Amino acid sequence: MVAKRIIPCLDIKNGETVKGVNFVNIQSVGDPVELGAFYAEQGADELVFLDITATHEGRKTFVELVERIARHINIPFTVGGGISEISDAEKLLNAGADKVSINSSAVRNPQLIDDLARNFGSQFVVVAIDARMNDENLWQVTVNGGRIPTEKELFSWAKEAENRGAGEILFTSMNHDGTKNGFANRELARMSDELSIPIIASGGAGNMDHFVDVFTEGKADAGLAASIFHYKEVAIPELKNYLKQQNINVR
Amino acid sequence: MNVVIIKYKGGNIRSVDFALKRLGVDAEITSDPDKIKAADRVIFPGVGEASSTMNYLKVTGLDQLIKELKQPVLGICLGMQLMCRHSEEGDVDCLGIFDVPVKRFDASKAKEQSLKVPHMGWNRILDLKTDLFKEVKEQDYVYFVHSYYVPASEFAAATCHYVQPYSAALHYKNFYATQFHPEKSGDVGEQILKNFINLNY
Repeated sequence: MVAKRIIPCLDIKNGETVKGVNFVNIQSVGDPVELGAFYAEQGADELVFLDITATHEGRKTFVELVERIARHINIPFTVGGGISEISDAEKLLNAGADKVSINSSAVRNPQLIDDLARNFGSQFVVVAIDARMNDENLWQVTVNGGRIPTEKELFSWAKEAENRGAGEILFTSMNHDGTKNGFANRELARMSDELSIPIIASGGAGNMDHFVDVFTEGKADAGLAASIFHYKEVAIPELKNYLKQQNINVR
Repeated sequence: MNVVIIKYKGGNIRSVDFALKRLGVDAEITSDPDKIKAADRVIFPGVGEASSTMNYLKVTGLDQLIKELKQPVLGICLGMQLMCRHSEEGDVDCLGIFDVPVKRFDASKAKEQSLKVPHMGWNRILDLKTDLFKEVKEQDYVYFVHSYYVPASEFAAATCHYVQPYSAALHYKNFYATQFHPEKSGDVGEQILKNFINLNY
């Protein structure tokens, strides 16, 4: 059986790790390569590095950082942030990234998913979706870090992304993100049933039981979290032991 | 030790190079036939689509060259699949070094078992054969990403279970191949790469 994956997510600004609580009030938590190597050593199954820098200079710094990560870390990693055309993704691939994650740019230009999949293979393309349940109980896809609602509905957009060639979906529930009350398990399970590609759950991890829930009720293939790992509220070796005790297949 | 990584379009080739560097091996990334022929070890990596990559190998003459290599060759992921007889991905004839077909995971069979396609993530390898797996334990975890697979066969040097048992590694004469990515498989993967470099030849 393929193991359920635990994925720490590192937000990067100007080459340094940050974590936004509800995407505001950013605090620095260290050097990305050092932190990434530490997590790999601790048993993380993959890493995600999201560039939240907006400037051109910052982007260049990020590509250099990706190469440093690839040199030092011996597990797979995904990079995201600011990828709006093939050439952006190609730079990251050439720097040594295993996968890219696209979010707002895919919503604005869905053809980007097809183009990336055709050029580099589906395994290279993670479509990240930030969605929030609106007042009419509909899951609405948002862009720009959850700030801007769009016309798209979560489940149909996820299916479209799969059909266009996405290799994985990274779903962040904006209702759960930063709450530490658990993942959006009902929605994750539905997505897992409707799609045939792996689903990475994000948003809401607060304790070890939340990971048990997301892999059982939520049927997720991977669980992603940031602050609970960065602030050492949950240590990955303990988490993996706990999951094993609960008969969840982890490495 | 002169190690060459075959360069061709697409694919995350640098991660193989970086993994070798972590082992203290400086490989050359090249598509130069003379350099490939002269190398002590040849790595044929791969991420991409089978039929377009196969077409590229034919146009460049690399297809004949790879088949005729006498030194240890390690195919990785798509590299392994291209070393087989035929791939369902783009319905293409491949190098035929391993006389086995490459098939697509049956999506409905996978669904019945609540499994996803691609097979993505860490899975166990077993029935380990050859020195490629020296000091690697049965049931160790390695990292896979693929939608196509090689069925169980007489060439299998390792087996993995996903949807059904299939060949996670192949061996024939001087040709070795892994479906998983040793360059991304943590310490276990590094051991496998080290074993390949240290093969007795």
